Order: sequence, then C-alpha cells, then structure tokens
Amino acid sequence: MSEQQKNSYPKPKLVPVPSTNIIPERDVDKRPILECRHLGIDFGGLTAVDDFNMAIGRTEIAGLIGPNGAGKTTVFNLLTKVYQPTRGTVMIDGRDTAGKTTIQVSHMGVARTFQNIRLFGNLTVEDNVKAGLHEHTKYSALSGIFRLPSYWRKEREAHERALELLSIFDMQDMAGYQAGSLPYGAQRRLEIVRALATNPSLLLLDEPAAGMNPSETAELMNNIRKIRDTFQIAIMLIEHDMNLVMGVCEGICVLNFGRIIAKGTPDDIQANPAVIEAYLGRQKEA
Amino acid sequence: MKKIRLSKTNRINFATFGAVILAYAVFQFMSGTGMLSSTIRGQLVPICAYVTMALSLNLTVGVLGELSLGHAGFMSVGAFAGAVAAAALPIDSDPLRLAASMVIAALAAAAAGTLVGIPVLRLNGDYLAIVTLAFGQIIKSIMENLYIGIDARGLHFSFLENRIIFRDGGRMLLNGAMGVNGIAKISSFTAGFVLVMLVLAVIFNLVDSRAGRAIMALRDNRIAAESVGIPVTKYKLMAFVISAAMAGAAGALFALGQNTITANKFDFNTSILILVFVVLGGQGNMWGSILAATFLTVLPETRAMRGLADYRMLVYAVVLILVMLATNNPTIQDFINTRFRRKKKKGGAAK
Amino acid sequence: MLIFLNHLINGISLGSVYAIIALGYTMVYGIAKMLNFAHGDVIMVGAYICFFSVSSFNLPPAVGVVLAVLACTALGIVIERLAYKPLRQATSLAVLITAIGVSYFLQNGAQLLWTSNIKMFPSFFSASPIGLFGGELKITIAAIVTVAACVVIMLGLTWFTGRTRMGKAMRACSEDKAAAQLMGINVNATISMTFAIGSALAAIAGVLFCSVYPTLTPTTGSMPGIKAFTAAVFGGIGSIPGALLGGVLLGVIEIFASAYISTQMSNAIVFAVLIVVLLVRPSGLLGKQVREKV
Repeated sequence: MSEQQKNSYPKPKLVPVPSTNIIPERDVDKRPILECRHLGIDFGGLTAVDDFNMAIGRTEIAGLIGPNGAGKTTVFNLLTKVYQPTRGTVMIDGRDTAGKTTIQVSHMGVARTFQNIRLFGNLTVEDNVKAGLHEHTKYSALSGIFRLPSYWRKEREAHERALELLSIFDMQDMAGYQAGSLPYGAQRRLEIVRALATNPSLLLLDEPAAGMNPSETAELMNNIRKIRDTFQIAIMLIEHDMNLVMGVCEGICVLNFGRIIAKGTPDDIQANPAVIEAYLGRQKEA
Repeated sequence: MKKIRLSKTNRINFATFGAVILAYAVFQFMSGTGMLSSTIRGQLVPICAYVTMALSLNLTVGVLGELSLGHAGFMSVGAFAGAVAAAALPIDSDPLRLAASMVIAALAAAAAGTLVGIPVLRLNGDYLAIVTLAFGQIIKSIMENLYIGIDARGLHFSFLENRIIFRDGGRMLLNGAMGVNGIAKISSFTAGFVLVMLVLAVIFNLVDSRAGRAIMALRDNRIAAESVGIPVTKYKLMAFVISAAMAGAAGALFALGQNTITANKFDFNTSILILVFVVLGGQGNMWGSILAATFLTVLPETRAMRGLADYRMLVYAVVLILVMLATNNPTIQDFINTRFRRKKKKGGAAK
Repeated sequence: MLIFLNHLINGISLGSVYAIIALGYTMVYGIAKMLNFAHGDVIMVGAYICFFSVSSFNLPPAVGVVLAVLACTALGIVIERLAYKPLRQATSLAVLITAIGVSYFLQNGAQLLWTSNIKMFPSFFSASPIGLFGGELKITIAAIVTVAACVVIMLGLTWFTGRTRMGKAMRACSEDKAAAQLMGINVNATISMTFAIGSALAAIAGVLFCSVYPTLTPTTGSMPGIKAFTAAVFGGIGSIPGALLGGVLLGVIEIFASAYISTQMSNAIVFAVLIVVLLVRPSGLLGKQVREKV
C-alpha cells in the first residue's frame, strides 16, 4: 500500500473512555458495542487469558494481534461463549453475557468466522448464506413441509437477500456451487458473508487473510472498510498480516502469553518496544 | 405466482416421485393380472413398510447425520399401537380404520421419539449411537412385557404380569411376549404406496426449507451452526421425532399386513437391517434408500436366492462386505465423483 | 445378606466375562476408531471350537481352550486384513456396516457348519461349589476361575501396554497413526496385533461364558457382544480400566436387576442405567472428556 493511499484514508482520533480502554472519537457518544473487564480463563492449571480489558466502539475496526499461542482465538472463544470465562465480564451493547450460550450471544448480535474455516460443506454457497439468515427470515417448519404461502414469500426474500450479500464479494454467480468444493480464498469470503447474514452489530474475523496473496489482501482490506461503512457495524480482527492490521485497524490490542501488553493506534503499536520484543525478541547486548 | 426456476434438486425430487408412481402402477397391474407370484405379492406391503423405514432412518442418518441403532424400536411402538388401535377402533371401513391406526401409530412413535430424543440430544457421535441402541433394547423389553386387553368398558393395561380381569366379554389384544394375534389384515399395497409418497413429500419439503437447512447445517458443522444462532437442540429433536413418527406409521402398516406380530420381530437385527439399506443406498439419498430397501427385501425371496437355500444369508453377507469394500475404494470413488457429482468450481481445492 | 453376597459374586463373575469381551472392543476402538460388531460372533466361534475339541475329539479342556484361542486369533487377523484394512480411510459408518456384514457371515457360516441345534457346552469345572460361612455362601469354581482370569488378563494387558515396545506402539497408534508411522512404527502390524489380542480374549471369554450359560448356538455371542460393547462405552470407550469397570458394573447390575426387580426387565434396566450414566458423564465413567478445538 503506497504512502499516499495510507495517508488519504482519514485516521480517526482515539480518545480514552473510563477505564484504560480507547475507542474512536466518532463513537464516543454511543455505548461501546463490546466491553470486556478483567476477562480471564484457566484450563486446569494453565491460565490462557488473564485480565483482558478492551472496549470496541460501535463502528470501530479493531485489531487483536500477538505471537502464536498468545490466546487470541481463545479471546474470541470467550466472547462467543465457546468457552465460559473463569472470571471477568463481557458486555455486548451494555448487556452482560454471563452464563449465556453461543447461540444466545449470536442472537445478541455477535457473528464470527473461524481460524480453520467452518463452512457447511455439503450445502451450496447460497444455502450457507441462507443458514446465516435463519434467525431473520423465519417461517415455521410446518409451513415448509406443507408449503404454505409464508414459505414461498420468505424463501424468495431469503434468496434475494443471500444474493445481495454474496454480491459484496462478487460471489453471486457461485450461488449454486457446493461450498466444500470452493477454492480456499472463496471459502473464507463465504464465511464472512454468512456471518454478515446474521445481521450482527459486532463481526469477529479470525485470520481472514490467512493464505491470501498481497493483491487479495488489499482487496480484503477494502472490503472490510466497505462492510463497516455499509453496515455501520464494529469489526474485530485477529491477524498476523501486519500490512492488513496496520492499514485497516483503528485501535489495536496486543496480546502475549494471555495478557495485554499494549493498546493503541497502529502508530503507537509499531513504536512500542514491548510489542517489538514480543515479536522479534530482545536485542542482544552489543 | 412467480415462476420458480427449477433447480437440479427439484428435478431429482420430481423424478423420484415419478419413479415411485410408475413402480406402483406397474406392480399393481402385474398383481391384478396375476403376473406376480404369490410370494412377491405377499411382499408388496412389507416392501412399502421397509422403504418407509429406510427413508425415515435416512432422515436421521443422512440428513441429520447421527447414527441411530435403535430405529426398529419406533417401528415396534407403531406396530403395536397400530394393531391395538385397529382392533379397538369402532370404524367399519377398512381403509379408514387403517388410516386412523397409522395416524395413531405415528403419534405414539413420535411420543416415544420425543422421550428418546431428549436425553439423546446432549450426546454426539458414538455415544449417541449407543444410547439409541440402548433405547431400542428397552422398548423391546417393554413391549415383551406389556399386556393390553379390551372389553366393553374400554382398554386395560398391565405390565410384567397379566393382571387384567375382563367383564362383559373381553379379549386380549397384546399378550406380552406372545404379541398380537389374529390381526385382521387390512393393509394394502395402495396404502403402502400412499405412505411412501407422503413420507417422500415430507422429507423433500423439509430438506428444501429453512428447517431442513438448519438440520443439515448442524450435521455439517455443529459449532458453526451455533455461531450463526441456530437452535441446535430444537432441530435435532425435530429430525428425530419426525423420523420416529414415520417409522411408527411404517410399523403399523407392516403389522396390519401380518397375522401375528411379536416384539422380537423388531429387535437390534431389524435396526441393523434398515441401517444397511440406508448406507448402501447412500446417506441423504432418498432414491437410493428406496432402491436398496426394495431390492434387498425382495432379493431373498426370489427364485435365484431361494435356490441357494441355506447359503442365501451367507451370500448376502459376502455381497454386503464386497459392496462396502467396492464403494469405499478410492479409485472407484474418484470415478463416481468425476462423473456424477454436483457442479464444482473448476480447479476447486479439496476440503 | 448372604443371598446379597451370592448375587454380588455372580454379578462380578458375569461382569468379568463382559469385561474380557469389552477389552476387545475398547482396544480395537482405541486404535482403529471402529466398533467391531463382529466381535461377539468371534466369541461364539471360540466357544464352538472348544466345544468340538472336547466333545468330538476328546481333547483335554486346556487343549480345547488353546485351540480356540489360536483359531480366533487367526480369524481376527484374517478379518482385519480382508475386511477392515481396505477401509482405513473410509467413514466410520462404512466400516460399521462392513463389520455387520462380517457378523452376518460368521453367524450364518456357523449355522451352515454346525446347525442351529443347541449344543450343550461341557462343564470344565466341578459343579460342587466351595462353601463359605458354614456352607451358606456358595462360590462356584467357574466363578473363581472367571474372576481370576479377568484379573490376570487386566494386569497382563496393563503391563503389556505400559512396558513393552508393542504395547507402547499400540498406544501411539491410538493417539495418532500418522505420527506413529513417521516414528517408524509398523502401523499395520500393530493394528493386526490389536485385533489378534482382542480375538484371543474373545475366545477365552467364549469358553468362560459357556461354562456358566452352557447353551451354545450360532447366535450365542450376539447378546453378550452387545452388552459388552455397551460396557466398553459405559466405562469410557478406548480406556482399558474403563472396560474392566464397565464390564463388572454391568454384570453386577444385570444380576441384581434380575434378582431384585424383574428377570424379564433385567436387560432393560441395564440399558437404562447406561443411559443415565452417559447423561451425567457423556464420555463414559473413565472416558477422556475431549474438548473440541475451535
């Protein structure tokens, strides 16, 4: 990405909110979509995540980075209740998610993609998206079996909505293909479309650029911004590709050994010695 | 109404319906003009029952993706409920009484399916399979020890021992391990055909709908299904109960085509038999289930197989093993995939 | 009280037989991730071989047992090579159906060879039980031998899997076959060995079972097979101590249910207990709670 491109995109000003969290200035009047306080989980004797504090503004693109094994996907799993936290709270749009299940958190407006792609491999591309629309375009099973009018009406709605969503990534022509047979990059994009179909307020992307070449990554960056601008939602990414992270994220959280070691804008993070040490190791004494 | 573009699935579905209708017409004609041997004619109702069983199990194994080893239990519940209902219902018209009995059987089996489904839902994979096996055995034990009698005052139930006392001239309907005797054979090939068509319609419509997508989504990836908010438990139960209800109706159809039925007719071996139909026909492939069930039910009765006499079952076993080895051979699988698989993206990466 | 103890002893004895059978299921599942439905019928074959050795050829019982073990071991290896090995990459459902085919084959083969007339298995142990507590508590020799055999087998297997090279190879293969192969372990030989051991145990179980329940038909192995399979899952499939615990508990529950609740419903009660246990501990009593990686 050229310097010109980097500078032409308006950089938001980050302001602190009560607690040590930071969110974009434009979101400061509204409640943060996500707020974690002292979130932690132990697996037996191993503390995988500890004292995780983070807030995400309603239209922020946030980044969660750190070396391998730092606990980033574990944080996602805690947010989506794949794991129940040992301590701390997670608030989605001001509502505490204590004791909730993955399904309930999804209904609260959190959608995610997975590090190892989890598509419905035997279903078509369109059906994968329609599965995402499950909670939004509803009709009863009986209506489906007896083909009542609501079936026809809602199926057409779902079909149109699915194609509309697929067109974000220009995938509408692939609608009839079997999801499991798509190339890797297309599968990743489909997973994002499916997540968007659930009409979330917060989209969690787990390594969306994994396996992509630079031009695909640049396209993804644009798409992430496009998604945020079109849907006015918050997005949090886990990523290893620093070009992507520094180029698209507004607020970044750096994790190492389950704890936050730095928080700030891309510029802050890039200059932070603790972050550099975590990734590259300490410079040997001369 | 806007014209709906026919997708490939719809065409397969209509073809299946068409084939079943054709088969019915052909067999009915042959039966009427005496072209069928009495053995085969006697098999027409059981074939319909087994086809329905295979279709219903395919809903659990192929569409929901869970192994059920106790499916015969639902057939059993339906068979006995249907037989008792047919004997007790004061409906003169045979077809109507048959229909009513089958509905009652389906409801009874659905209730059993709910009872079984609730504990089963928490489990996955092999453990779920074991629990279904256990339930199948439990249902068999219960049926072997259940006594139902009828007299002018209505139905009487007794468990473990026959403590029913009759007044005003009564008779036993279900006599514990002796089962039900003297059944009036009111099942017909036509009724069987209607059942198969109904079951096919329900399955096709279910699969091609929101609920069906949810069920298949949780089969393909349960964690992802939860992450998009699909209530996994609800749909697992739905698939299970619908499958059980269909098996119950099939059981009633079967029972009302026999003179006597006993609980040990619906044991683990029967469950396994139906499972073989489903796997050989292809998981999720309804047309395959119909073919496999028909073919394998008729096969032992054909002259060729009867000629083998005692070696019949041995040959069946060997053929089964060979077919499984053949269909899972990578070379053969590639061949089938490149010829018949659904459209794939050119140069698509493997899963 | 003494009647209770009698039942307990009978239960442990029956449970020991189930445990020995369950071991075969659990070991094969651990290494090949398959449910070998033909296992129950290998038991039946072992019992028949021993029966014919003793009744028709008048060989001493010990020789009969050895012959049964040899025959079943060979049978197990042959079945594995012919029917299961080609399906190593196939879905577990495909392997299950093939195992069912093998089971049908064994049952019908036995029927052809030996007819379904009931054969009465000879008793190897003196019928007079040992009396304790002034003759009130009767323990049959068969029961003692059965429990002793089970204990010896368990200890032997624990030593084998823990201390010998082959045993460690088995444990490695059940964790990760590909990695084991990369470490130079001959996976094919290890799997064959597992089937061999399981089948040998089946033969012993067959002899022991028929010593207590002497009616022998081609379908004799079927129900004990199902119950032992249930016991293996009950105890935690893949766990050797689990097979012991599951088997013995199942035998005890069966005898007690039969004695104190109802003989007719004893099977149902056994299965009901299984369901309850699995609800509380979804991976079985001693099974590993495997967390799915997300």
